[in-house]
Amino acid sequence: MNESPDDATARRIEMMRLLSRATREELEAAVERFAPLPPMRELRAPDVGLAMLRGRVGGDGSPFNIGEATVTRAAVQLEAGATGVSYMLGREPERARAAAILDALWQDEALRGAVELALAHVRRRLDDEVTQGAAKTEATKVNFFTMVRGED
Amino acid sequence: MYVAVKGGETAIRNAHALLAETRRGNPDVPEIGIDQIAEQLTLAVDRIMAEGCLYDRSLAALALKQARGDLIEAIFLVRAFRTTLPRFGYAQPVETGAMRVRRRVSATFKDLPGGQVLGPTFDYTHRLLDPSLATFAAAPAKSAPAARPAAPSVTPADPPVAMARVTDLLGDEGLIEASPPDDGTEPGDITRAPLAFPADRSVRLQNLARGDEGFLLALGYSTQRGYARTHPFVGEVRIGEVEVSMFVEELGFAVPLGEIRLTECQMVTQFHGSAQVPPQFTRGYGLVFGQSERKAMSMALVERALRHAELGEEKSAPAQDAEFVLSHSDNVQATGFVEHLKLPHYVDFQAELDLVRRMRASHNQPEDDQDAGDRPASDKGEHAEAAE
Repeated sequence: MNESPDDATARRIEMMRLLSRATREELEAAVERFAPLPPMRELRAPDVGLAMLRGRVGGDGSPFNIGEATVTRAAVQLEAGATGVSYMLGREPERARAAAILDALWQDEALRGAVELALAHVRRRLDDEVTQGAAKTEATKVNFFTMVRGED
Repeated sequence: MYVAVKGGETAIRNAHALLAETRRGNPDVPEIGIDQIAEQLTLAVDRIMAEGCLYDRSLAALALKQARGDLIEAIFLVRAFRTTLPRFGYAQPVETGAMRVRRRVSATFKDLPGGQVLGPTFDYTHRLLDPSLATFAAAPAKSAPAARPAAPSVTPADPPVAMARVTDLLGDEGLIEASPPDDGTEPGDITRAPLAFPADRSVRLQNLARGDEGFLLALGYSTQRGYARTHPFVGEVRIGEVEVSMFVEELGFAVPLGEIRLTECQMVTQFHGSAQVPPQFTRGYGLVFGQSERKAMSMALVERALRHAELGEEKSAPAQDAEFVLSHSDNVQATGFVEHLKLPHYVDFQAELDLVRRMRASHNQPEDDQDAGDRPASDKGEHAEAAE
């Protein structure tokens, strides 16, 4: 594969986006498919902390702080070298750990396709939810008519 | 002044046990689950997240259950919890223009790109209680709107598109002021530095975002009734999901953390212009965790009122007074100070009592000359009190 580092990073971010939206069960089921897992060590045991979230004045102006969100992070290192990292909203240590393992496995080009395959149904579920949600929202679209008021 | 007391351990322990029992209510009624609260009392959960300034649905639901449905107590619990966690960093500003919109209405433009979508709103309901909700319905209630028949209007081939903000439409013509540009300055953070005055716009917005909904609603209402009148229009209210991402040092790029739901309000208000600026519309902005357009709209009204100095407007109303508004918007602070009055103030009150007795004694001295001997001065004092 002739991939520039930027492309590789973009693809990894895309995978992390998917991992951040998957449930703990989905991630653990995906990890299970790679059993027995290659030897790895826990670089950072899952821990829970906060991220301060930001908006922009007027939606597109200078930033301001809205409030925080809980975030769980984890990191694992394969003996082969790759480091898998996860940061995700919520307080689910097992989920963050499973995501870090999948991120590590995904970096092995030999396993990348298999990791993406293991998560394909998650992507389908999310796509379906977006489509169905959009359809339900679209059904509430209105056309208001301005009434003629009668006076000349 | 509060002076510490000790003792009462057994009574306090028993009171907490009684609280737990009261919280549970009739044990014959099934206990409510956190998942039920998170799924079915969503707007209460949203408010706890917004004013607790912590986005975490299950935590807010737990807080609501523990607080017996008292929202301010639940907000207090969430605020206390957040102090136990380390901060990993600051997320990147969310892109509300790319929001996956569930609701989006404009009161200023009838036909706007992307259209008006009502979403799950109480608007246009008749506010009649629905008896079918009083029982567990096996099937959807007849009065419930059927979302399905009209659903196929969006097909999988027609992916949802990002909706342009209404303010961008007006902005193209120069009729509306632009947002303040991002010059790279770090916004203020009132969780790290105490509120100080004058407070810049980022600090004001952070304060209002966590401010009490009722307080902001009343202040926003006051601006409509003429106390700092700004002739507001809802340029747009939108509710939906946005992605949160955070730059992670060890990776060297921004990691998507997941999605959150937000409510955004762009309030558009009149401005007659000044020597430097031609007449144009000005803006107030509201952005709140979860679905809460009442809060987002109130926030935008107050945010606009607080900009009076920048826009050369006369300061004449409470909603324009930053020190008044920002110092009293936080309901955890407010409830702490109001409710601490019920804690033992015995020493303090004894001192006041003694002082008032002595003042009354000296106050009564000259009068006593008239009917001295009739009755003791202290007795007369009691009668005067009873007469009031």
